Amino acid sequence: MAYSEKVMDHFANPRNVGEMPDADGIGEVGNSKCGDIMKMYIKVKDNIITDVSFKTFGCGAAIATSSMATELVKGRSIDDALQLTNKAVMEALDGLPPVKVHCSVLAEQAIKAALSDYYTKQGIDPEPIVGKISECEECHLH
Amino acid sequence: MSEYVYADNAATTRLSDAAFEAMKPYFTEYFGNPSSLYKLGAASQRAVDKAREDIAGCINAPRPTDVYFVSGGSEADNWAIKGAAELGLKKGKKHIISSRFEHHAVLHTLEYLEKHGYEVTLLEVHEDGLVRPEELEAAIREDTALVTIMFANNEIGTIQPIKELAEIAHKHGVLFHTDAVQAVGTVEIDVQELGVDMLSMSGHKFHGPKGVGALYIKKGIRLPSLIHGGAQERGMRAGTENIAGVVGMAAALKEAVENIPERNARLTKMRDRLIDGLSVIDRSRVNGDRVHRLPGNVNMCFEGIEGESLLLMLDLKGISASSGSACTSGSLDPSHVLLALGLPHEIAHGSLRLTFSDENTEEDIDRILSVLPPIVERLRSMSPLWEKIVNNSKD
Ligand SMILES: Cc1ncc(COP(=O)(O)O)c(C=O)c1O
Ligand code: FES
Repeated sequence: MAYSEKVMDHFANPRNVGEMPDADGIGEVGNSKCGDIMKMYIKVKDNIITDVSFKTFGCGAAIATSSMATELVKGRSIDDALQLTNKAVMEALDGLPPVKVHCSVLAEQAIKAALSDYYTKQGIDPEPIVGKISECEECHLH
Repeated sequence: MSEYVYADNAATTRLSDAAFEAMKPYFTEYFGNPSSLYKLGAASQRAVDKAREDIAGCINAPRPTDVYFVSGGSEADNWAIKGAAELGLKKGKKHIISSRFEHHAVLHTLEYLEKHGYEVTLLEVHEDGLVRPEELEAAIREDTALVTIMFANNEIGTIQPIKELAEIAHKHGVLFHTDAVQAVGTVEIDVQELGVDMLSMSGHKFHGPKGVGALYIKKGIRLPSLIHGGAQERGMRAGTENIAGVVGMAAALKEAVENIPERNARLTKMRDRLIDGLSVIDRSRVNGDRVHRLPGNVNMCFEGIEGESLLLMLDLKGISASSGSACTSGSLDPSHVLLALGLPHEIAHGSLRLTFSDENTEEDIDRILSVLPPIVERLRSMSPLWEKIVNNSKD
């Protein structure tokens, strides 16, 4: 099993890492199977994600996918962020080993969880917009 | 800062120069098949005989012919266990006792036998990673065919009271095998003193080559073959001999057993300095008993961080180590060894194994002690789990 150079780069130099004290939305997701936890913080202004950061407990792929996911949504509209898929995160990292695919699902879910929290804080029911955040199929395969 | 530290000697070791030199002629010069009649074949036969004598001497086997060459530790374990199971069956015995933290070469073989109607009891290894002799005695039944307990554990290095365990098995007329793959060449092994019936070893764990090992079988035990075919190994194990392999294994073992007391005194000092130095890290723990432990084994957990990311960070700093976290081996389950010690999943995911050999130095320990704590701190600073642990402890 080997990681791509991009994965190693995002692992060794993670972008947007750390807590955000004044976040507008915070999402935390966990994978009960491998025990990994991802926490995402977002700052929103006029429907744009002006800032984003993360904290992750997990393997190299979990850290790299968190980092890449923050890069992919930073400065983008909420609508764009809602379209983010684990596939896009994976492709941006030049792929992941098969057993690590679920780590990218976790990253996608963490972004969605932060958006859900943002809507809830705005007094808006997030479910019709963000959908349900459930355990991914990938994780059930293992 | 380009120093490289190899701290994964329990996974495999570098081939020693002596072993490499001893092997060389048997690739291109003396390449004959030992079963042949001509001189070239005879030279190969002599090399195999000499290797067998040397290895028997290193473990104090009564006769060289008690040592059978195989392809490694996994084959030795498979052969001993499946063979003993078959012997048991002839007497209507279908029960085997082992321990929860054996190597998969043993555990998966036992699972296979369970599918074929055998019953297996796995002894607890408790928080300290040690089998209790009285628990073995209590587990023995009328129909117990074999007790197989590893000499030293490959993840946490704990050393079992093999002599005592073998005595108990024999008191009840049960065969005793030990997987000594992690122990041979590292601690002194005397098969007669230990009283074991079978013992597995593997060349690449003591600076010999990979893909070669041996099973010691006490005289009188008529173990059925695992590999059928030609009449090699006195008809017990078929296949043209791995001449260079057995020559290299013998050379490496002879070298390894020469200076066991001095080497272990040095390694124990290094190990204890490393454990003490890393133990000052908040919420760290040593896995397994500190005294009944291989001199070169350090296994620790650091709460709030995950094993694989720790290993990758260490690798970036030129330190090769391993983890109980099976993330690295392509499966997501935490180490069965650490779970057997009773560690919860999230902690079992964060273990680090550092294993040393004769080739490591005090400078290696210095380097690890300077590199590791900041890595732990960095990973914790980005870990939401660590945040929770810290917040919970404040309450
Ligand atoms: C305790 C133990 N048993 C068996 C084995 C398997 O040995 P080999 O790799 O030679 O098949 C190993 C090493 O991987 C081991 O550490
Ligand atoms: S192994 Fe669990 S997220 Fe990577």
